[in-house]
Amino acid sequence: MTESDKEDRRGSPPTRREFVDGLLTCALGATAIAVAFPVAGYIVPPDAPESQDASVVLPFAAEELLPNSGRVFRFGNEPGLVLRTPAGELRAFSARCTHLSCTVQYAPEQSRVSCACHGGWFDLSGRNVAGPPPRPLPAFVVNLRRRAGGEGHDIVVSRA
Amino acid sequence: MTSSSRGPEGSPLRRFLDERLGLSALRDLIGHKQVPVHRHSFWYYWGGMALFLFLVQVATGILLLLYYRPGPTEAWESVQFIVTRVRWGWLVRSLHSISANLLMLVVLVHLGSVFFLRAYRRPRELTWVTGLGLFFLFITFGFSGYLLPWNELAFFATSVGTEIPRAIPVVGDFLVRLVRGGPEVTGATLSRFYGLHVAILPALTTVALGIHLALVQKHGMSVPGGVREKGPPMPFLPNFLLRDLIGWFAALAVLITIIVLAPTAPFGALFPFDALFDPKHLLELGEKADPFASAPVGIKPEWYFLFMFETLKALPADVAGLEGELVGVLAFGVGALALFLVPFLDRGASGLPPSRFSRLAGGALALFGLAMCALATWSMAHAGRWLGAAAGVAGAAWILGALLLECRRPPGSASRLVPAFGWLVVAFLVGMTVVGRLS
Repeated sequence: MTESDKEDRRGSPPTRREFVDGLLTCALGATAIAVAFPVAGYIVPPDAPESQDASVVLPFAAEELLPNSGRVFRFGNEPGLVLRTPAGELRAFSARCTHLSCTVQYAPEQSRVSCACHGGWFDLSGRNVAGPPPRPLPAFVVNLRRRAGGEGHDIVVSRA
Repeated sequence: MTSSSRGPEGSPLRRFLDERLGLSALRDLIGHKQVPVHRHSFWYYWGGMALFLFLVQVATGILLLLYYRPGPTEAWESVQFIVTRVRWGWLVRSLHSISANLLMLVVLVHLGSVFFLRAYRRPRELTWVTGLGLFFLFITFGFSGYLLPWNELAFFATSVGTEIPRAIPVVGDFLVRLVRGGPEVTGATLSRFYGLHVAILPALTTVALGIHLALVQKHGMSVPGGVREKGPPMPFLPNFLLRDLIGWFAALAVLITIIVLAPTAPFGALFPFDALFDPKHLLELGEKADPFASAPVGIKPEWYFLFMFETLKALPADVAGLEGELVGVLAFGVGALALFLVPFLDRGASGLPPSRFSRLAGGALALFGLAMCALATWSMAHAGRWLGAAAGVAGAAWILGALLLECRRPPGSASRLVPAFGWLVVAFLVGMTVVGRLS
């Protein structure tokens, strides 16, 4: 059937061939949906159990952390940064750079927190002071607890 | 008038694509393809079904790759994660596992029909060779994929399977180490099988399948000798393709039915394929592999390896001074080689006189068969198994009689030996598989 024949038949009831072609198209379409639906469901990852930990005890003593230094620790599924300022105060932040989620580090020469990926800088209060980061690092609460039966103190970091 | 000369017609998008991609040339190529119609046309659909099931394997295999992690500490856990936590994960894994088994079944039917209809005749010898190559690639796919869930059954099946090459003299130990990636089946074997299963075999299969399909396209479908066509051939597009699609949907329906119904009684008992392979056993993940646990009782390989399993089990430890395993491996190796050579040996089916090569190779195969029968007779009589000894004598008599008939056959006429021998092989394979399922 040529294009002009099709033009002539516009508006009239479908021929048997057109009807069967339509059925076939519907069947193939239904098959495509029946395949695409489970595949789409499969590709979306199942929810991983989010860490509900409100606080974490760091695996090193407070006394091990010298002034003007910092260490990265594990807080649930995300990294945290604990640092001791040159004045001796303990502070903890999320170690995820607010720019593109690289893990930040303590830079003792500058006494600041730096992100190596794109040159972001944060001061000792976690404020974004230079480079691309748009927001300050979220701060955590730091508490000290005397170690049971031993010397020194545990660092307990909890969400603000 | 060809479609390419209709170039200027159609929508602007179609014209744009056609000019750059040459789509109309491709459409012309497929448009000219025709399929002969006769009483054996039914067998043409099995290759298409095998292709469909292979595509199911590719699609589900890629999906499994998204969550599967190779490694002895993670593999079993990741498969467990797939079937319990991932949405539709159970379906994807079941599809991959059951479709692999159906693929083997369909490929065997395809192979058998091509053999008995002698579709390997000139000029389709290389289509046969590439098809047979694909068959052995699929067997290797099955063997390597079986280990990946790292469960108890897989571990012992792989330990046993990779031990077989050790029977080969001189290089046996080296081959075992090469296949396992070390002296034992460990995480190294898992890494190796994983690489084989998801990279090496798919690459080889893509090449072999490409050549196979290109040759099918080039030579068209073979009409068996002595068969009258019922009428004009059927156009491939759309007539045959739509009929092919029915085969694809039938395969899909069988697949989904097994996955959904077969694992649970009482439906499982209703399906004949339950007698062939055990879907329940395929779908269960089972215990995690433990190299220091004893092999579970009643351990068996997949059904398509049962014939080999049973034969090696039946062979005496010592056959005329040779190791039983070696004799078995040798027989299967020569059998596989002979299968590749079928189109070059059965020249009469193409109306060709025997060549120097076909005479030499055929004679060598006959001698090998006679030697095997003599060995079987001797070792069975030695062990006091007179039924086995009688089978050896009968086999030798069959080969000698066949040789005699073959010598009296006028050159250029089709040999009756080939199908007769084919049925003998089919009877052996089916018999051994049934024995394996029942024992």
